[in-house]
Amino acid sequence: MADDKTDIIPAKATPGPAIEVDGLECGYDGEDILKGVTFQVARGESFFIIGGSGCGKSTLLRNMVGLNQPRQGTVRFLGQPFSGADIASRRAQLRNFGMLFQSGALWSSLTLRQNVALPLEEHTSLTRAEIGQVADLKLAQVGLAGFEDYYPSDISGGMNKRAGLARALALDPAIVFFDEPWAGLDPITSRRLDALIRQIRENFGTTLVIVSHELDSIFGLADRVIMLDREARGIIAEGDPRKLAESSTDERVREFLHRGTGEPAHSTKQS
Amino acid sequence: MSVPPEPARAAIRTEGGQLEVDLGGEWRISDRRPAWAEVLGAQKPGRVRFNAAELESWDTSLLLFLLEASTDCRKSGIDCDLASLPGKMRTLLDQFEASLNPGEKRDHRDNLLTSVGLATAHASTNLRGIFHFVGECVLSVARFPKRAGKFRWGDCLDQMQECGAMSLPIVSLISFLVGLTLAYQAAVELRQFGADIFVADIVGLSTVREMGPMMAAVILAGRTGAAFAATIGNMKANEEIDALEVVGLSPIDFLVLPRLLALGLMMPLLTLYANCVGILGGMVVAGGILQIPASAYWIETQSSIDLTDLGVGVIKATTFGLLIGLSGCLRGLQAERSAAGVGRATTSAVVTAILLIVVADSLYAVLFHAMGI
Repeated sequence: MADDKTDIIPAKATPGPAIEVDGLECGYDGEDILKGVTFQVARGESFFIIGGSGCGKSTLLRNMVGLNQPRQGTVRFLGQPFSGADIASRRAQLRNFGMLFQSGALWSSLTLRQNVALPLEEHTSLTRAEIGQVADLKLAQVGLAGFEDYYPSDISGGMNKRAGLARALALDPAIVFFDEPWAGLDPITSRRLDALIRQIRENFGTTLVIVSHELDSIFGLADRVIMLDREARGIIAEGDPRKLAESSTDERVREFLHRGTGEPAHSTKQS
Repeated sequence: MSVPPEPARAAIRTEGGQLEVDLGGEWRISDRRPAWAEVLGAQKPGRVRFNAAELESWDTSLLLFLLEASTDCRKSGIDCDLASLPGKMRTLLDQFEASLNPGEKRDHRDNLLTSVGLATAHASTNLRGIFHFVGECVLSVARFPKRAGKFRWGDCLDQMQECGAMSLPIVSLISFLVGLTLAYQAAVELRQFGADIFVADIVGLSTVREMGPMMAAVILAGRTGAAFAATIGNMKANEEIDALEVVGLSPIDFLVLPRLLALGLMMPLLTLYANCVGILGGMVVAGGILQIPASAYWIETQSSIDLTDLGVGVIKATTFGLLIGLSGCLRGLQAERSAAGVGRATTSAVVTAILLIVVADSLYAVLFHAMGI
């Protein structure tokens, strides 16, 4: 029988969180969106950033991955500083994470295979044939075998999103960020995406950071959540979403997690 | 201080007549990994067994290695034992092999005959689309008196500023340089015959009748026509055009007509301005090279140009303006809903506009000749 430790990949059994965010402050055009945001994400954890519309979920994500520059605070990935680091160091760290954008954000002039292959061409020394093989594998893993030569405009929105996920996974990243992955998907496609995300985590021990307000998926996938609030401009709750739904004394948290019905959304789903 | 990763390794040893491959270290797709051919070397084993006990971490790069090894073993008739590898690893390897041999390949590429057929159908649809669009524009103009109160004058004024006032610097520069070049070319020839003063006639007539409207049109095709196509194409990609139709607004009334009107009004004005700047360019060369006084140049220019010539230029300019507006808006509305589609629409708008401008100019040349003006 194989050694158990090799079942956990690629996250190493080394100590320390996958992500450390400390005192992050961000905003646009002189307006503060978030202030003093501090939290950690453990390796292999499925971590959700939740909250109502306009509370700064996507802003936080964009500041974490370096698409926007935080005004203050630090972000560290796998123990290495990311925000404020020099360009070479940031570029090296980009290999550690992948991101699935809300729309899939596939490059429309490239086929699905070329979309997945591009990060591999940029960051590995694999041969062209090997890159093609890996790209085909990643597409097969998200259920797009046979669609390798299609362009993004030839396939549906759900397929675009799955192809975006294949691209995010191209470099076997230790951390994958998802920005509203269920937006615009029908319930069946959403549940398939849930299964895919679960499979990625089981197969690769990947740390998942997901921005969403899709309650079914939050209760189905999240180990831990932080909830942001527009008025508070920061975190108002942190923990297991099921426990928060049951026992949080904060009316805003209860209302959000109960879909405003007074009953926890996960219990209404099961009934 | 972080510990540097232990590199991926695959060590071999012979045990009980079979080759044992001990996999170890950290296998990362972005790092170098051992190649199976190098690991095997000159060995010709009957059986190979892989062990993963010393493996620190792994990803797709290990799957690539195992795939390479198992494929080579199969070809060489070597028994490849993967049973001692973790179940998850074997499952992913099976998935990898399956992905390289998909049962049914969805080939959506077309053969030559289909491509020709589709291109013909596309050309026919495109032509119908052009007629439909022009028809819609005519109907929109016909509706205009009834709904003049609802016309978006604000948008129209914005467009007039954008395509008119904002184009002045580039129109000035290009027209001045064209006038300068024309005068210089004419001066070289005319000087040999002592007919220096006729530089003013050549520059004046060719600028007012031909180069003024043509250069202004080419500049606006590249500047404004492309902007129309990109803006409307992006609006289409964002479903803004659909939203207009759903609330009962005609995209032609809302988007196209203000732009057409703006270009139709601004092009003649820009052309008159371009004419003046072009003549000024010629005057600079005449004064500098031929030592013709500015007053003599101006009197000669006035004598060579009459209102008919100016009218010809203005008629052409108005037509060119409408053609640029129609091309930009049509290509924008026809754009595919993607970034590449908007890019293609923009290119197509400029190419279509310039093509139509040249064709219209040729037709006008024949027409004005036939009319004797």
